[in-house]
Amino acid sequence: MSRLPITKTPKVYVGGAFIRSESARVFPLKDASGEFFANIPQCTRKDLRNAVEAAAKAGPGWAKRTAYNRGQILYRLGEMIEARAGEMADAITLGGATPAAAAREVAATVERLIYYAGWTDKYEQVLGNVNPVAAPYFNFTVTEPMGIIGVIAPDEAPLLALISLIAPAITSGNTVVALASSTQPYPAILLGEMLATSDLPGGVVNLLTGFRKELISTFATHTHLRAISAVVNAEERKALALGAADSVKRTHLRKAEDKHDWLADSAQSLEAIRETLEFKTTWHPVGA
Amino acid sequence: MPTLTAKKMSTRLSRPAPELIFGDLWEFDPAPESADPKLKARYELFIDGKFVAPKSGKYFDSINPANEQKLAEIALAGPADVDAAYAAAKRAYDGVWGKLPGRERAKYLYRIARLLQDRAREFAVAETLDGGKPIKESRDFDVPMAAAHFFYHAGWADKLDYVAPGRRVAPLGVVGQVIPWNFPLLMCAWKLAPALAMGNTVVLKPAETTSITALKLAEIFQDAGLPPGVVNFVTGAGDVGAAVMNHPTPAKIAFTGSTEVGKIIMRALAGSDKKMTMELGGKAANIVFDDAPLDQAVEGIVNGIFFNQGHVCCAGSRLLVQESVAEKVLAKLKNRIRTLRVGDPMDKNTDIGAINSREQLDKITRLVAAGVREGNEIFQPACKLPAKGFYFRPTIFSGVSMSSRVVREEIFGPVLSILTFRTVDEAIEKANNTAYGLSAGVWTDKGSRILKMSTELKAGVVWANTYNKFDPTSPFGGYKESGFGREGGRQGLLDYCKLV
Amino acid sequence: MLVRSPQAALQRLFDEVGTVDQIGIEERVAKFGTRSIKQTAKVWGLKTAVSMVDLTTLEGKDTPGKVASLCQKALAPHDPELGVPQVAAVCVYPAMVRHARRALGCDTAVRIASVATAFPSGQAPLKTRLAEVKAAVADGADEIDMVINRGAFLAGEFGEMQDEIAAVVQACGATTLKVILEVSELETFDNIRAASFLAMRVIRPGDFIKTSTGKTSLNATLGNNQVMLEAIRDFYLDTGVAIAMKPAGGIRTAKQALTFLVAVKETLGDAWLNNRRYRFGASSLLNDLVRQLEKEKTGAYQAPYYFSEAAESY
Repeated sequence: MSRLPITKTPKVYVGGAFIRSESARVFPLKDASGEFFANIPQCTRKDLRNAVEAAAKAGPGWAKRTAYNRGQILYRLGEMIEARAGEMADAITLGGATPAAAAREVAATVERLIYYAGWTDKYEQVLGNVNPVAAPYFNFTVTEPMGIIGVIAPDEAPLLALISLIAPAITSGNTVVALASSTQPYPAILLGEMLATSDLPGGVVNLLTGFRKELISTFATHTHLRAISAVVNAEERKALALGAADSVKRTHLRKAEDKHDWLADSAQSLEAIRETLEFKTTWHPVGA
Repeated sequence: MPTLTAKKMSTRLSRPAPELIFGDLWEFDPAPESADPKLKARYELFIDGKFVAPKSGKYFDSINPANEQKLAEIALAGPADVDAAYAAAKRAYDGVWGKLPGRERAKYLYRIARLLQDRAREFAVAETLDGGKPIKESRDFDVPMAAAHFFYHAGWADKLDYVAPGRRVAPLGVVGQVIPWNFPLLMCAWKLAPALAMGNTVVLKPAETTSITALKLAEIFQDAGLPPGVVNFVTGAGDVGAAVMNHPTPAKIAFTGSTEVGKIIMRALAGSDKKMTMELGGKAANIVFDDAPLDQAVEGIVNGIFFNQGHVCCAGSRLLVQESVAEKVLAKLKNRIRTLRVGDPMDKNTDIGAINSREQLDKITRLVAAGVREGNEIFQPACKLPAKGFYFRPTIFSGVSMSSRVVREEIFGPVLSILTFRTVDEAIEKANNTAYGLSAGVWTDKGSRILKMSTELKAGVVWANTYNKFDPTSPFGGYKESGFGREGGRQGLLDYCKLV
Repeated sequence: MLVRSPQAALQRLFDEVGTVDQIGIEERVAKFGTRSIKQTAKVWGLKTAVSMVDLTTLEGKDTPGKVASLCQKALAPHDPELGVPQVAAVCVYPAMVRHARRALGCDTAVRIASVATAFPSGQAPLKTRLAEVKAAVADGADEIDMVINRGAFLAGEFGEMQDEIAAVVQACGATTLKVILEVSELETFDNIRAASFLAMRVIRPGDFIKTSTGKTSLNATLGNNQVMLEAIRDFYLDTGVAIAMKPAGGIRTAKQALTFLVAVKETLGDAWLNNRRYRFGASSLLNDLVRQLEKEKTGAYQAPYYFSEAAESY
């Protein structure tokens, strides 16, 4: 007699805990062959709000970690994904990817994390400046993380695209509230488990699953989100930009209708880190 | 001997407190600046390298806020004029400027800087007549700083490979810019110099009350031989600004002004692909610790709030003083304010000039009345104000709470609110308790505390043991609802290019 | 246990009296120079400046004759028609006091100041310095310009420094005292402020603090003048005791003097705009003040050799 397997109940990773939606709503996820796979939390605006609060709590501590420490933690996350690469690749094949393509995506995700892990203690050296002002002052420009970043991932490349948006934000000490692919949410569920074992403090990355149309207006108008980094369609871009105006939020909206090669090196950059940074310039007199 | 102590105390209290007399024993004679501003009776639009009449044939008056007299007529642009300006900018970008090697663009910008230096005095007078700021500020700050911005950015034009390490940069194309009335010429330079250095062409709208120095700058562009259409000026009020911002041609818009208008522009551009720079309002905290060099702190407070009549987005309008020195700082501040000279902006000894417009004066008056109604203690020096023109006495509110309107709203006038704090954490919390985040000041003798404050304050510019300092090499711009993007320095150039 | 080192002692003093930011105060004083002083304000300022001059000669080659001619100039700086006031004082070495008294007579408003206390170094035994003060007073000095013990100050021995000043105060009797800080040897604005307070606490209302001897490389500047004016102001508002101020050395032009007076006007106010509360220690300044007054009267720029004792005779 074959043993009936114990199936895992998918939960989202918010504030360092695995939770169901506060609404208790779920939506069914089918595998590539159309069979029922599991029920996925259908997160609500309140879940988003709670996630923002978790991110706000975690933010100051994360930003104060040394750059060296953040680098090691991002590297550790890479280690965690690498160690469970097979399981993660299986999760990606649920959406119809071939095993080879899924394995490529997982490998690229790990590479991406290693790339950003190396930037944590270097981007400041490249982006910051000492400015030769024409007066007896020492003047320097440093970067600072913006705060809480809203991430809306595209449907394709459900792991790699998500990480490609999250990683540059947390490299500098931002915290993230991310909405995973609606059509392929399961890799994000697994990613949560890997985040939980990666030394990343709870609340730094908060992953939600659910539907964009229900959540986009909250992403747009929640004034505590200081920036939105998203891959979205024209209608969503407009909604996000309109909402962003209310609190002068920064928006980095990539077009969903454009072709994105998430595997390419061009999908990772110093520029992506800079998008969620503020520049701060300090003056001080030089005198005795 | 308690009785003796008590007696000593009481005699001490009964003696009148020593006071300083800032009277008229040595009153300065009027020292009016007499240089000719060389104003025209009528200023046309500047499109495609030429001064052209607006298609509507309509003009509006630019008045001198110091005496309410008309200075000149300014062309009122309409949508067709804005179209023409953008068409010229597009032609100039496609045909000339976008293709010009950086070292050639640099030469034009250097020329502009030099020609502006040549005519500095004339420009300073024009700026003061049109905007109401004291002549010593337009002479010693606005005009030289404007020239410095052109000179600094000129040198970048052929070194753009160093702007974004590891990447090549390219211009965006045509840029639309709208600037405010508080630093009319300087804002022009802040906006134009990086845009042009990067290879963009521009349509810019000056503020309706202060268009003259922009149009005088257009004369310099002609003298410098700047190719037609590289810079175009359209003049008028908010509707012209909206036309400039909402036009389909520009790849980027840059705005300096109020947060309120900034949000309107952001909404209007929602769904478009235009890049934006927003330099918006502020309500900066200027924080004084008890170990600060107090006289210099007081000087910084005065410079922070009364510079340019407080018409400064980064004005230090919220003074946070550590409780133990609050009384002392307030006393010193009052004595310092008693020596400020309010009046005719053209007088070389004037420290505080005219409020830019009746509208702005009304707004300041209204908010100060609200501050008085809230029960805050008000101090204004007993200085005489000219009978005609728009003037407001330097004003400080003390005993103010964080919820007070004068603490929360940007007044954009010579009005300071004073709050107190006890600890470092309380100072940080109060300073950051605002939707704005443009600038902040901190005064303390302790080095590590300066760096701690600088790290914790959510503001794009932190002035430590100084205030209101600017330089072309120093990036300027805000956090939160004070806007995004930077102006000045290497970072400022990043907002006028795309990475290729 | 508190550390007993000169720097620790200074630090405690700074904590008590406050510090000065060098760049901040230099920017502040630069603004005084942008005040535009014209017409009647200029004439008033120039005449007031003349009345504040301590006309000084402090040279090894000073002779009774030189001092006598200096005194003549002090009494009548220029053509009486111009209405130039007398200067406040002549300032001479102790050995010249009796010659100055002879030249000025007793019935004069021009005072005799003398630099006693082993000027300019102060490096003589206290007993000797006090004897010098007493001798100058006995010879007819109305004012004594003493130097502080900079060595004691920099070593953190503030008590010693103050005791010596107090001893000079005693020796002066009714004579006005000016305490020279010799700012160039104190080096920092923080030190100048601190030393000002130490001095003010032991001198009397109407006594002076003074920047320099004029014998070192750096003398009065708008910066150190301002530090001392602010110290005087804070001390006055705190105690009610009004101390007077004398910048000395390096002020050569009328334009400079007017700028120093603007600093007085805007820092201490009207009550210090007189020669009981403010002096200029200078030698060549007087000629330039008179020259500018002549120019204001005639409208023509004046050649220097129209004015007596001019250093520039080219």
